Amino acid sequence: MYTFDLMPEIKYSKDYMNSITIKKDFAIFTQQPELSYLDSAATSLTPRCVVDKIIEYYEQYNANIARGVYDLSEKATAEYEESRRATATFLGAQEEEIIFTSGTTMSLNMVAHGLQHTLKDDANIVVTAMEHHANYVPWQRMSRKLLVESQKDATKGDDIFRVVDITSDGAIDTNDLAKKIDKNTAIFALTHVSNVLGTINPVKDLVVQARKINPNIIVIVDAAQSAPHQKINVRDLDCDFLALSTHKMYGPTGVGILYGKKERLEQLEPFITGGEMVARVSHKKTTYKPLPYRLEAGTPHIAGVIAFKEAITYITNISFDVIHAHEQELISYALTELSEQFGDNITIYGPQKPYDRTSLLSFTLGNIHPHDIASILNTESHIAVRAGQHCAMPLHIDTLGIPATARASFSIYNDKNDVDTLIVGLKKVQEVFMK
Amino acid sequence: MNIYQEQIMEHFHHPSHHGTLDAPTHSYSANNPTCGDEINIDMIINDDVITKVAFNGEGCAISQATASMLLEKIADKKITILQKITVEDITDLIGVELSPNRLKCALLSLETAQKALSHPTDSSLT
Ligand SMILES: Cc1ncc(COP(=O)(O)O)c(C=O)c1O
Repeated sequence: MYTFDLMPEIKYSKDYMNSITIKKDFAIFTQQPELSYLDSAATSLTPRCVVDKIIEYYEQYNANIARGVYDLSEKATAEYEESRRATATFLGAQEEEIIFTSGTTMSLNMVAHGLQHTLKDDANIVVTAMEHHANYVPWQRMSRKLLVESQKDATKGDDIFRVVDITSDGAIDTNDLAKKIDKNTAIFALTHVSNVLGTINPVKDLVVQARKINPNIIVIVDAAQSAPHQKINVRDLDCDFLALSTHKMYGPTGVGILYGKKERLEQLEPFITGGEMVARVSHKKTTYKPLPYRLEAGTPHIAGVIAFKEAITYITNISFDVIHAHEQELISYALTELSEQFGDNITIYGPQKPYDRTSLLSFTLGNIHPHDIASILNTESHIAVRAGQHCAMPLHIDTLGIPATARASFSIYNDKNDVDTLIVGLKKVQEVFMK
Repeated sequence: MNIYQEQIMEHFHHPSHHGTLDAPTHSYSANNPTCGDEINIDMIINDDVITKVAFNGEGCAISQATASMLLEKIADKKITILQKITVEDITDLIGVELSPNRLKCALLSLETAQKALSHPTDSSLT
């Protein structure tokens, strides 16, 4: 049974936010008023202001950036750079530290590829057991390349690529972290929030702990699941790199951010080369532009980048305080109700206390396969939840020892009715399997 | 449309040919990485006839039920029967329309069974 206390300092008031009003900002609810969208952790819905901005670009100043001398291109370039400024302010970074990419996955791959040349032969890489594949596979591959380059025998693989355990409550095991990180640890990659457990990791403290062992360690933070829910200040976290995707925070798909401390970005070997990132190209030699352009080759998703600024404004207008209070209220309600209604039949993974997690919960229901749960919720109740391993196969198989989970994630446009709908839906799922 | 029809639930709760074989001549395992379905199929093939066949694994009702239905169809049949089974045959077999994502669940057992034909075990060589 689930027991916990409500976060004391949250005094949630109904005037804080009214999901009925918020729903008006999202055109999809006009088309599908019945929809209970509980998969915002995969991708959030997009408010009208963001969609309108995309249209504005295509209808009013549709031109490539940084190359045309005509008005349209100047306007597009100005809007694009305005987005960079807004993002920098939003994250507490400098403008030249913000690189536009195609998403978290791209951002993390750019770092892994770009830092490969800095690894010494005796280096090792540390990740955690709760990583999304995007923050796991690039580092594992980096370690395998190092293994080959340093001509170590293949059995040394585990020593080069180290995975920090998690506790039974779904937190990073700091004792294990102290064992896995040593003076030769070059890279420590961790997620800010787990996309399966919902755990909010104390990144700032972990960075301090890691730097105490090795002051030169490069810390990479996957902020894909935290950026939609809480204020991030990269200076405060003091990480070296941070990655996020705009489509999980009310922005468009196909756009991501890579933040890096300036001196760290300078170290990156560009993952992609070509147009727009070069200073001079000749038959003999190519030199690159300064940051941030050096890491932005080719034509980017211009409309998407420009529209992300609207997503930032949208979030800022509501404010993270209100978003957090609303989401905490929902996740607390969901945890209580689900465990009351389904008792021992439901297993909810991750931290026991709602304020240790964001607004998502992964669960299993009896021995019903999560895929069947999601399928029946969809057809019978218009509920969208995710089922499977959520791109975290090592966490499911190696750590939790389960084949899959179902995941419900809540956002600003959800309310208690969605939780109630979910409960009724899950009872229908049980009925189908009782027969 | 509710895909959890009686026939599917019946096969899910009481699958045919469920388990493993002692000395299979052919065996193959596959998974569906998006949802975590896993299946292993063992066969004993004698003179191009599938004399024994069994599956085990974990997965959703659709993947488990289709495996059961498929194995009923190919047990004691020539391997050419299995080789000729198509996607349409599987959708006819289960009798409900599936979305592209759920179709992958239904097709996992067919893919695995067909691949098993080209994966002889060590015991088939002795
Ligand atoms: C924690 C985490 N990291 C990385 C990603 C990958 O994001 P994207 O697919 O936008 O690159 C996701 C999204 O699924 C995620 O949840």
